[in-house]
Amino acid sequence: MGLLPFFYVVYVGFFDWNIFSKVAGLVYTGANNYRRLVFDADFLASIQRSVTFTLWAVSIEMVLGMALAQLLMRDFVGKGFFRAIHALPLTVAPIAVGATWRLLTMPGLGPLPYYLKQIGFDYNIGRYPTHAFATTVLMDVWHWTPFVTLTMLAGLSALPREPFEQAMVDGANRWQILRHLTLPMLRPVILTALFLRIMDALRIVDEVFMLTGGGPGMRTHYIGIFVWRVVFPKTDYGYGSAMSVLLLYFTIVLCWLLLTTITQARRESGT
Amino acid sequence: MRRSVFRKRLGQILTYLVWTLLTLMTLFPIYWMFLVSARSRVELFGNFRLYPTGFFIENYIRPLFKDVYGRYLLNSLIVTTGNTILVAVLAILATYALSRYRIPGDQNIFFWTITNRMAPPAAFMLPMFLLYSRVLRVGNWQLFDTHIGLILAYCVFNLPFAIWLLKGIVDTIPVDLDEAAMVDGASVMQVIWQIIVPLAAPGIAITALLSWIFAWNEYLFAATLTSVNARTFTTGLGEFVTVVGTNWGEMAAMATITLIPALLFLALVQRYIVVGLTFGAVRE
Repeated sequence: MGLLPFFYVVYVGFFDWNIFSKVAGLVYTGANNYRRLVFDADFLASIQRSVTFTLWAVSIEMVLGMALAQLLMRDFVGKGFFRAIHALPLTVAPIAVGATWRLLTMPGLGPLPYYLKQIGFDYNIGRYPTHAFATTVLMDVWHWTPFVTLTMLAGLSALPREPFEQAMVDGANRWQILRHLTLPMLRPVILTALFLRIMDALRIVDEVFMLTGGGPGMRTHYIGIFVWRVVFPKTDYGYGSAMSVLLLYFTIVLCWLLLTTITQARRESGT
Repeated sequence: MRRSVFRKRLGQILTYLVWTLLTLMTLFPIYWMFLVSARSRVELFGNFRLYPTGFFIENYIRPLFKDVYGRYLLNSLIVTTGNTILVAVLAILATYALSRYRIPGDQNIFFWTITNRMAPPAAFMLPMFLLYSRVLRVGNWQLFDTHIGLILAYCVFNLPFAIWLLKGIVDTIPVDLDEAAMVDGASVMQVIWQIIVPLAAPGIAITALLSWIFAWNEYLFAATLTSVNARTFTTGLGEFVTVVGTNWGEMAAMATITLIPALLFLALVQRYIVVGLTFGAVRE
């Protein structure tokens, strides 16, 4: 099921094809599409924007998720309830997440602009590129931090108890335990969460599309939205295929990195 | 001694404070969406209120019964359920094969399945669209804009996921069991359906539920591979944006409906969600 589209997209990537040509009317252009790709400033800029977005969103999510997982390791009444509520955003459809955040941030309708105006801050995601960018990051943090938390929680619960008890006896403080015990032992789990989050953040489309439509200007025009625009409104199929091939290639490299790093980390930590 | 008791108390208070705050922050966007869905246009842009002001049921009724959203809902149910059944059956067969037989390159097949799952939908969107609408076309028949087309398309991301999740479970079922059954003269299919499936039932159930939710939430494939007849509910939600002068109340109402399966699901299996969301990568 995945193989057929793959070969097909490689094939189409060598042709010039748009809505006006029939299947038989493909024009062979060799590596032209790929050459165009390398010099396409818009394409490169959208990659750069995606990377910036990913760096911000994923680093916030990792730190926050780790902290929350630590908090959830404690025993307190109502833990299950909080955990369930915390997991809620994960199950919400991305498009609905986008819709929800649009309702929150719409000038004249949402509470966010309303209350920020009360304290004298002019918040408008349709007008200020920085606000739009920050809001997409915030939305992603809202949506995906629980994923990191739950992954870390699963990892933390699976750790053996003895080294920690030993460290407590030796009088290590909380920071030392985190730095020298928890983090190294949790390395495979942290890497798993990190890679999965990076890959997901790089391919974000529907949430951002719904929230900002890629605007204002091009500020939130991430790579997924860029490909979508080339393929559908512009129907530049050959060029779009070349882009898909490139994205697939990077994905496969990332996946491979993920698997080898995790396997290695697992071997080192002896689990 | 006294001091440590005090510190423990303080820690507890802080924990509750943090979680209460987080719960509010998590719930607020959803609460707001629900409020918007319950208000008429006049109320929405009138005075700003954070509490419910009656229930404007028209926001739900009109799109569902007078507009196309009722039909989209039905399409979504057909496609997601069809996909879940197909994925469950194929995944069980595939997992059994991957778990019990040593074929050359099985590790590679396994790796390849995860790249499918990880690939950006943008990379699949175009080839699938072209295949569905131009290439696999016989006379008037095409896969584009059909239920079966979407059911097959969703296998691209759901099947690898299901295989990854189920493999961990099937691997834990001792091979002795199937060997004993084989000795008694059971066929491979009998072993799968009468031994593996019942033993892996809880895992299969969760996999199926998650697949269902993923298919229900999917946007890009559905937006690309359908136009009218097979358009899904979630995709219909995206249509609100492009229309000039969005009806925010109706959009919020439809988004609220999108949320219902997720809420039910979470209530059902929140304890197992950790395993499901990490591809079993954390277990072992």
